[in-house]
Amino acid sequence: MRIRCPYCGERGLEEFTYRGDATVTRPETLDQTAEAAWVDYVYLRDNPAGPHREHWYHGAGCHAWLVVTRDVRTHEILGVELAGGPA
Amino acid sequence: MTIGTPTDQPSRLAFGGLIDRRLPLRFRFDDLELTGYAGDTLASALIANDVKLVGRSFKYHRPRGILTAGSEEPNALVELRAGPRREPNTRATTIELYDGLAADSQNRWPSLRHDLLAVNQLAAPFLGAGFYYKTFMWPAAFWEKVYEPAIRRAAGLGRAATAADPDPYEKAFAFCDVLVIGGGPAGLAAALAAGRAGARVILCDEDFLAGGRLNAERRGVGDKPAYAWAAEAVAELAAMPDVTLMPRTTVYGVYDGGTYAAIERVGDHLPVPAPHTPRQRNWKIVAKRTVLAAGAIERPIVFGGNDRPGVMLAGAVRTYLNRFAAAPGRRAVVFANNDEAAATTADLAAAGVVVAAVVDTRRDVPAATREAAKAAGALLVAEGRIVEAKGGRRGVRSALIRNRDGRDMHLACDLIAVSGGWSPTIQLTSHLGAKPMWDEARAAQLPGALPPGMAVAGAAAGDFGLGSCLAEGHAAGADAAEALGHDRSSGAAPVADDEPAGLAPYWHVKDSAGKAFVDFQNDVSVSDVALAVRDGFRIAEHLKRYTTLGMATDQGKTGNTAGMAVLAEATARPVAEVGMTTFRPPYVPVAIGAFAGHHRGKAFRPTRLAPSHAWAAERGAVFVETGNWLRAQWYPEAGETDWLESVTREVKGTRERVGVCDVSTLGKIDVQGPDAGTFLDRVYANTFSTLPVGKARYGLMLREDGFVLDDGTTARLGEEHYFMTTTTANAVKVMQHLEYCHQVIWPDLDVQMVSVTEQWAQYAIAGPKARAVVAALLDPSQDVSNEAFPYLAAGPVTVCGGVAGRLYRLSFSGELAYEIGVPARYGDALIRAIMTAGAPHGIVPYGTEALGVMRIEKGHPAGNELNGQTTAHDLGFGKLLSKKKDFIGRFMAARPALTDPGRTTLVGVKPVEPGARLRGGAHFVPRDATVSSENDQGYLTSVAFSPELGHWIGLGFLANGPERYGEVIRAADPLRSADVMVEVCAPCFIDPEGARLRV
Amino acid sequence: MSNITPQTSQNDAMRYSALSILANGLRGNRGWTPAWREPEPKAEYDVVVVGAGHGLATAYYLAKEYGLRNIAVIERSYLGSGNIGRNTTIVRSNYLLPGNVPFYELSMKLWEGLEQDLNYNAMVSQRGVINLFHSDPQRDAYARRGNAMRLHGIDAELLDVEAMRAMAPMLDFDNARFPIKGGLLQRRGGTVRHDAVVWGYGRAADARGVDIVQNCEVTGITVEAGRAVGVETNRGPIRAKKVALAVAGNSSQVAAMAGLRLPIETHVLQAFVTEGIKPFLDHVVTFGAGHFYVSQSDKGGLVFGGDLDGYNSYAQRGNLPVVEDVCEGGMALMPAIGRLRLLRSWGGLMDMSMDGSPIIDRTPVQGLYLNAGWCYGGFKATPASGLCFAHLIARDEPHPVATAYRLDRFASGRVIDEKGMGAQPNLH
Repeated sequence: MRIRCPYCGERGLEEFTYRGDATVTRPETLDQTAEAAWVDYVYLRDNPAGPHREHWYHGAGCHAWLVVTRDVRTHEILGVELAGGPA
Repeated sequence: MTIGTPTDQPSRLAFGGLIDRRLPLRFRFDDLELTGYAGDTLASALIANDVKLVGRSFKYHRPRGILTAGSEEPNALVELRAGPRREPNTRATTIELYDGLAADSQNRWPSLRHDLLAVNQLAAPFLGAGFYYKTFMWPAAFWEKVYEPAIRRAAGLGRAATAADPDPYEKAFAFCDVLVIGGGPAGLAAALAAGRAGARVILCDEDFLAGGRLNAERRGVGDKPAYAWAAEAVAELAAMPDVTLMPRTTVYGVYDGGTYAAIERVGDHLPVPAPHTPRQRNWKIVAKRTVLAAGAIERPIVFGGNDRPGVMLAGAVRTYLNRFAAAPGRRAVVFANNDEAAATTADLAAAGVVVAAVVDTRRDVPAATREAAKAAGALLVAEGRIVEAKGGRRGVRSALIRNRDGRDMHLACDLIAVSGGWSPTIQLTSHLGAKPMWDEARAAQLPGALPPGMAVAGAAAGDFGLGSCLAEGHAAGADAAEALGHDRSSGAAPVADDEPAGLAPYWHVKDSAGKAFVDFQNDVSVSDVALAVRDGFRIAEHLKRYTTLGMATDQGKTGNTAGMAVLAEATARPVAEVGMTTFRPPYVPVAIGAFAGHHRGKAFRPTRLAPSHAWAAERGAVFVETGNWLRAQWYPEAGETDWLESVTREVKGTRERVGVCDVSTLGKIDVQGPDAGTFLDRVYANTFSTLPVGKARYGLMLREDGFVLDDGTTARLGEEHYFMTTTTANAVKVMQHLEYCHQVIWPDLDVQMVSVTEQWAQYAIAGPKARAVVAALLDPSQDVSNEAFPYLAAGPVTVCGGVAGRLYRLSFSGELAYEIGVPARYGDALIRAIMTAGAPHGIVPYGTEALGVMRIEKGHPAGNELNGQTTAHDLGFGKLLSKKKDFIGRFMAARPALTDPGRTTLVGVKPVEPGARLRGGAHFVPRDATVSSENDQGYLTSVAFSPELGHWIGLGFLANGPERYGEVIRAADPLRSADVMVEVCAPCFIDPEGARLRV
Repeated sequence: MSNITPQTSQNDAMRYSALSILANGLRGNRGWTPAWREPEPKAEYDVVVVGAGHGLATAYYLAKEYGLRNIAVIERSYLGSGNIGRNTTIVRSNYLLPGNVPFYELSMKLWEGLEQDLNYNAMVSQRGVINLFHSDPQRDAYARRGNAMRLHGIDAELLDVEAMRAMAPMLDFDNARFPIKGGLLQRRGGTVRHDAVVWGYGRAADARGVDIVQNCEVTGITVEAGRAVGVETNRGPIRAKKVALAVAGNSSQVAAMAGLRLPIETHVLQAFVTEGIKPFLDHVVTFGAGHFYVSQSDKGGLVFGGDLDGYNSYAQRGNLPVVEDVCEGGMALMPAIGRLRLLRSWGGLMDMSMDGSPIIDRTPVQGLYLNAGWCYGGFKATPASGLCFAHLIARDEPHPVATAYRLDRFASGRVIDEKGMGAQPNLH
């Protein structure tokens, strides 16, 4: 697998570290009513068999966290963007 | 008779071949001392020397010879080389002959000629497919003691070496526009077309001589002999600056992103690799386009005794005759279902081999075959079949041939050249998951969906004619170059005729006499397939797994297609419906050493050395691996015989006077920016934004699930500048975590962070005399008095005459202590300066053991306690969790299950018998309770002998811990038969008020 | 054997033994009959088990231990095509945490009697499983584990380096980057021929009347009034009083058909086998510091593996960096295997849970039962997983050794995290 890092260009898989689903968002509230949202965020995943937005870390390169859209059936990479917004 | 002299290479043809007769090479096979020529393989040299029996089969230990001339060889496997270079299961057909080569037959005892396990053949009726699943069950204990050892000894093939492989391996990367896989006619044409168009081309060919079947057939390309055209093509390619020729290189795997794995046999054709070169190089080739021109593999027809030495694929026969000038027999029978019969008969006759008969399974034998048979003086048996190859361990002695009327004839022969047609080499097209498709017309699997960027040309695409191979290869190369923006300036395609194919599928001789093998190496016969079907194993994958068809070292390259055809017939289905088992990497077996490359032995993982390493080594320190770091564990002194003696001295010296320890391995992260304080408040459970400049604070970090991630101290060096430390083990993980938090969760925060672990050398100087030592190191006019630089102070200093450093008043030991940091390049100088400055005070260097003793005495949690399973509550840090702010893990940490008082919490323990030794990993059980899981109440994490207290102490986790101080419980250690009664106490054994820290 | 239905009584006659091999061998091996039937799915069953891995064991125990009669196992591909047929065949019960230990020990005990129970030789080989350690803290961590096992009555031994050298002389004791200091040994651990487990359970379940339906893919779960009442398949709808999911890496996909979201990610784990060699390594060896584990099959190949590739995947294949990483571990551990060749690699879909431990529980949908989250440890669990899942399905309450495997433990925080890695599946 090769990922086109927005900063560094296309690099091999060995430079990156995977984290997981990039579609989950951290709840804003600490209120107990948000319990379901927190459980969702920390533990539950769609785990789709198809395009998947996911976080990768370019640890052996620029240390950027990336959002990679990848088809997890074929490993085809459909898009790469910086997690923190455009470079 | 044109075959050479009987004593020296008796079956070497007098003329021809692409061998160098000026370069004779001596070699040994078992007890035979033989001679071959440069350009030979071990197989061709054995054939030239009339050696037919080369190996024994896996299960029945049947005698086996040479079936093929390539990497698909199932039979002729040998142990190559000896000692630590011994290489089991090496195909004689791929071993390039070198002077002094030594090979031994394998899977036989006591010798190849007299193999006692051949007795298995007698029991064959009871050793059919899957027999072992139906028996060996009684009595149960006999499996490990009796049956399995016997099976294991009989199974296996060659013997692995027993000492470390002495040869080096390399990993390498390459990038290209067009990767051409295979150097036969299609591959050479593709590389020429792409190269001429200006593309960056890599051509990988498995063989040491490019050309593929161009070197094996008496054919022409244009007006030249085929082999000569191949040589010219190679020369033209070699002259192109952007073309890389990689001979002896097999592309064995397709991976994502256009990544192809290839193994280059750099030194395998030499007795030992040349100096400064590896034995093999494992390539990752990243290609924009790929042309798969891997050719095809001939497959046998299955008939009785078809595994005997002397039965050889027809194409291989022609290879040995034409390329190697070696005759695989003196008197041959040709057996085919296609037009290979004609060329084979003609080539045999031209080499002076008697062709006794041409047995053609086809009803209408084409003119070419008829004429070839006639010219060779061979009997033509149309619509005939060989029902049995008869012979002994020396090989075939005769063929029992049955004609269309069912009449038998017995013909003496020592060679049966057999062709059941060709199977395209499509393995690589399936590595990304695509299924091949059965093509009825060609009776072969053809590529299905292709990996992105791949085109298939020539025989690999099922187009076997030489003219088609050249034309398709040329077109594929030109197309690839054009698709990448190169001009279509590939020139004209090379031209040759297409030879006829005329295949009429014929898989196995149904009225075979004797065992008829589908998979030679694993001894899977037609009757095994039939038995498996009766047992219900009708699905291709089930058949494979039940019979082991296609699971041998050749992965069914020659046998699988026939196997599936036999299965189709046995289950009355078309072959297309039976399908095929999955192709998986690697295409050919690849040495494990090649995957490991240089990462072996001491270089398995990088070794990180602390800044004081050289100095510590000079002092004779004992080092210990902590992750990738090598740290000084203790510093033995003359006369000390026991680690405990040294460690006790170091602890005492530190607590009584002063000690120094290299703590540079702690993770160090520089955090800066207007929002640095806010950021740290969010990643730490406690608060850092309120920390005054010039102060340090202990910090606890949680994971988002509420469990503890890491701890450390962070100092504030400026309004917008913090300096964080992490544990040694978690340095990388925490850095990654912080960057995640910043970039993903809170990108709006104006903060930056960088790891500076390697940039700072840092030493802890601890003990009552620490201040005096530090004062002596600091440049004048810097005040380290308790008032000016109190506990937890932090700030910049200069040391040793102007070196900018940092001083922190931190203590892990519980003593008056400082950590002093300087740029790493001064690390060695600083430890020497510290020792000099400390000498008057009796300074003692201490290692990780003494560090551990002192932290246990103080009850500080470390790796054994921060094990990812513990919560702040467990560690007694519940109060650190801020209620005033959000932070990572806050919400989840508040869940009742994580703060349940019944959870095991950190306690100290001391033995009731003062002399008793504690051992980490013991479990806590109530004093008088049975030692069993129902009474398991926790465990002992860390233990140490406390020099100050004079007895062992320990830290551990105990249910309802804080309520049980004073209770005596059992530290149960059935594993080491070392139960100890211990008293529970607070997890701090020395100076619980912390008075020593603050003096 | 009175509960055998007529249609399967053929298997009773076909009891496997040395005698039956002899008798059949003398008759040209023509008397054997299929190990299982290939029935068309019926319109309705009491229990439909989805997935012919753990599902086969589940169906077998439902019939044998809980007396259910009308059971189908439906499998989208062939019997054993999932992880049960693509693993490294290791069985052991050397677990640490109280939620896991009794479960895996039950599984080990079932392995020990499996072949006689199933009348199928699955080559249960109790050759011993060794976890190497390289430092004092690692030794203490393994001592904690070994003592946990001993407290549960499970065999465990702590070996020093000399004992290790005697047991496994092929390991690198002299030039290792991480010198071997000893190992934790469970002698009862070992290997089992994975395919034979599939076939043995399949044959035995079939003999008890279970319909095994291959090439039958679930396309929907029929839920009426909050209750699962059947499945839609590519071979038509099948009604069921209870629907039980045991589909490993496809758990999220199938559960989603009933509107459930799971604490699971699907990851690829690669495994490897070398060419066959004569006996070289007699035990299962786990080299944690090198992320590598290995044993030698009875056929002679070294079977080994290491880490997950690390990314979500449904592709049943991986990439090169992990192949290299694993082989580096192999060379570091056994430097004599440099010239031994890797023959084949494959990948399986691991249902990686958020704490690294499995789920055997009811779901919020009545009548729908879940068996999932096996991570890369599902093979050794097969017998106990089947038995405990059968217990849950038949009794609607958890089996006593599987009470911790609740679906709601993630929300509550009562997680079973053997490695202490937290809610990130690829780290377990």
